Amino acid sequence: MLLARGLTLWRGDNCLFEDLDFALGEGQVLLVRGPNGAGKTTLLRVVCGLTRPEAGSVLWKDQPIADSDEYPLALAWHGHQPGLKSDLSIRQNLEFSAALRGQAAGAWQAALSELGLAALADMPVRQLSAGQQRRTALARLLSSPARLWVMDEPFTNLDAAGQAYLQGRLQGHLAAGGLALLAMHQSLEALPARELWLGAAD
Amino acid sequence: MRLLRAMLLRDLRLAFRRWGDVVSPLMFFAIVTSLFPLALSPRHDVLQSLGPGVLWIAALLAMLLSLNALFRQDIEDGSMEQLAIGPHPLALLMLYKSLGHWLVAGLPLVALAPLLAVTYYLPGDAVAALCLTLLIGTPTLSLLGSVGAALTAGIRQSSGLLALLVLPLCLPVLMFGSRATALAGQGEDISGPLLLLAAMLALAASLLPLAAAAGIRISLD
Repeated sequence: MLLARGLTLWRGDNCLFEDLDFALGEGQVLLVRGPNGAGKTTLLRVVCGLTRPEAGSVLWKDQPIADSDEYPLALAWHGHQPGLKSDLSIRQNLEFSAALRGQAAGAWQAALSELGLAALADMPVRQLSAGQQRRTALARLLSSPARLWVMDEPFTNLDAAGQAYLQGRLQGHLAAGGLALLAMHQSLEALPARELWLGAAD
Repeated sequence: MRLLRAMLLRDLRLAFRRWGDVVSPLMFFAIVTSLFPLALSPRHDVLQSLGPGVLWIAALLAMLLSLNALFRQDIEDGSMEQLAIGPHPLALLMLYKSLGHWLVAGLPLVALAPLLAVTYYLPGDAVAALCLTLLIGTPTLSLLGSVGAALTAGIRQSSGLLALLVLPLCLPVLMFGSRATALAGQGEDISGPLLLLAAMLALAASLLPLAAAAGIRISLD
C-alpha cells in the first residue's frame, strides 16, 4: 500500500539516502535503523510529506501522497516533538486533535485511561513529565483510525509497562491489517519486523 | 465549522494564558498615541491634522509587535506538523489562524481607538471613520503578517526581518486608512477609500492564506 521509489535526499554535502526503495503492505512493520544522524527522522518526515525528497516519490495506493485524498486520514505521525500545547490541558489538546481529524469528541478517552492518564486529563501539559507527554501524544495516535502509523523512536521516555503496552497495541494494529513505520535504535522482539538500515555504508 | 470553532478556541485560550503578550501591543498603542499630544503642541488644529496618521501608524506597529510569536510556538512544539499533515488544506487553517490573531491583536485596537482619538480632538465623523477603517484594515494586516511570520518562522532572531518584509506591504492599508479618516474629519465622502480597503481585504483573505501555507511548508522542510 505504501511504496517509496528512488528516494534521494541530501543535507548540505551530506547524502542521507540515495535511490532508496521500500514497500509496506497490510499488516507489515518496517523498522528504520541506523546511527544518530543517519537520516531516520528525515526519512519518516519524507513519508509524512513534511520534507520533500530531492528525487523519488512516496505512493499510497499507487497515488503520490501529495495528490491522495485518503492519505492524510490514513496517516498518523508520532514525531519526536509531542505536538502538544504546553499551556493547554490534556483534554483540550486531544479534543482539538479530534476536531482537526474529524473524529468524534471524546474518542481519545479510552486510549487515555488505558495509558493511565485519565485522572490527569485537566492538567496542563507543561506540568507532565516527559514520559507522560509521550503517553498523551500516544493517546492521540491510538485513538485515531489511521491505517499507517509513522513513529519516531516511540519507546523513548516510556517506562517498562508503557513499552509493553505499546508493543501490544502495535501487534493489535498489525493484526488488524494496519501498517507501521518505526524509527528505532533497538530491534523489536515481539514483532517480526523487516529492518531498513540507513548510513550503514560508513 | 467545528474545525473553525476548535481552532479559534485553541488560539484564544493560548493567547489568554499568555496575558502579557496580548496586552503589551495594546499598551504600546495607547502609550505612543498619548505621547504625541504631550510632545507636540496642544493646539487643536495641529493635533486634528496629525491624529489620523499617528493613530494609524501606532495601530500598524502594534499589530507588527504581536506577529513575531504567531507561528513560532506551533513550529517548535510540533503542533504545526500535525496541522500540516492533517486532512484539511493548510491554507484554510492559516486563514483561521489569521482570524484568531486578528481577534486577539486587531479587534482590541479597534475598540481602544475611539478613546485615544479624543486626545486629538477628532470630530465624531472622523472617529467613526477611524474605527471603520481599522475594522476593515487590520484584518488585512493580520493576513499580510501571517505570510511574513510563516516565511520567517524557521529563522531565529527574525523580528527585524519580519518587519522589513511585512511593513512595505502594509503601506497601502496605512495610506488609505489614515487618509479616509482625515477626509471624514473634513466632512468629505469616504466611500471610495473604504471600498478600496474592503477590496484589499477580500484579495488578502483569498490569496494570502495560500502564500502563508507555502511559507509554512518551507519552514517545516
